[in-house]
Amino acid sequence: MRKVTLEINGKKVEKEVQDSTLLSTFLRDHLNLTGTHIGCDTSQCGACVVHVNGNSLKSCTALAADIDGSKVTTIEGLATNGKMHPMQEAFKKLHGLQCGFCTPGMVMSAVDLLQKNKKPSDTEIRDWLEGNICRCTGYQNIVAAVKEAATKM
Amino acid sequence: MKDFNYHSAKDSKEASKLSSSNSAFLAGGMTTIPSMKLGLASYKDLIDIKNIKKLSGIKVSGKSVTIGATTKHVEVANSKEVKKAIPSLANLAEGIGDPQVRNRGTIGGSVANNDPSADYPSACIALNATIHTSDRKIEASKFFKGMFETALKKGELIEAIEFQIPEKSSYQKHPNPASRYAVVGVYVAKHKKDVNVAVTGAKPCVYNDKDLSKALSNSFSSTSIQNMELDSSDMNSDIHASAEYRASLVVTQAKKAVDAC
Repeated sequence: MRKVTLEINGKKVEKEVQDSTLLSTFLRDHLNLTGTHIGCDTSQCGACVVHVNGNSLKSCTALAADIDGSKVTTIEGLATNGKMHPMQEAFKKLHGLQCGFCTPGMVMSAVDLLQKNKKPSDTEIRDWLEGNICRCTGYQNIVAAVKEAATKM
Repeated sequence: MKDFNYHSAKDSKEASKLSSSNSAFLAGGMTTIPSMKLGLASYKDLIDIKNIKKLSGIKVSGKSVTIGATTKHVEVANSKEVKKAIPSLANLAEGIGDPQVRNRGTIGGSVANNDPSADYPSACIALNATIHTSDRKIEASKFFKGMFETALKKGELIEAIEFQIPEKSSYQKHPNPASRYAVVGVYVAKHKKDVNVAVTGAKPCVYNDKDLSKALSNSFSSTSIQNMELDSSDMNSDIHASAEYRASLVVTQAKKAVDAC
């Protein structure tokens, strides 16, 4: 067991965890932040993407211990004062989801993209979302939503 | 995942000291953590080397580019210095995995793991790299020993990889559409005296294709290798590509690489 100190969605969190605790487990089971989804649990699907120090990361493939001291943003941390983030608004408006399981990871990856590339092309969006798998939408509306959000961010 | 003890080392010495016959070094963890979750690997101790500052960073001199072991793929892909000195190396880094892998995965991890389909080992072979470890310097041609096998001894830590700057080079990969690992990847580098054609994905271990290298050393043009047929008897064969297809892909990717130089 060890103590980890993290800033999660702007709040300082100190918890005792086992050395082998995955970040995804820590967020969901220890902090009840269940917006971060676990799909494949083998680093492929991207439903568990969160930001660590501003960069997207698959939380099923990192230990709580090895990001000790970092700033984490989860899907719960995107809205401000009850108002959805422009990326969330765009996904809602353009129906960039169907069952919604992959959506938290899609949104977190897409936000990371727009932080680094303000006006991505369709190809750049599709390349970036390489690590996020959606089995419902065929990606058309997801790409459209990311483009829409790019005009608002 | 089986339980283990996590340690964060402050320098290479401490990292080597903490290692045992039942430990692994942890950098990005992009292979180590999934392997442990799947039960393919288990360790008593994981020794995190991410916080060793000396192991991260990029240095360019007149003849070489030296990249610290814990430098992330995204840092190599975006490095202005790498793009200027060896653009093909930045391109290679940009094509690894997905953005989350590139945000976290490291060059040292990729080289130490020596996955048969990994990208970086081909760069090491093509660019006559020297692997700097906590104990010694190893030439790339003597480093990659076989499938997931390297010359590293237990507790020996990669500190940096030094690549020779070639006259021209290009890396061309036929990626698996799902994982972006190389079904076949060919790294062609033209040095002053000779040409290296490093191939990943085709065999159990990265290798320098002597026939292609020789032909291109004689005449550096894709027509000089156009009709070459490679022996596929020791090439990988799986649901993604047969050995014969891989043999053909090696020549195709090599031609593309030469044309892109």
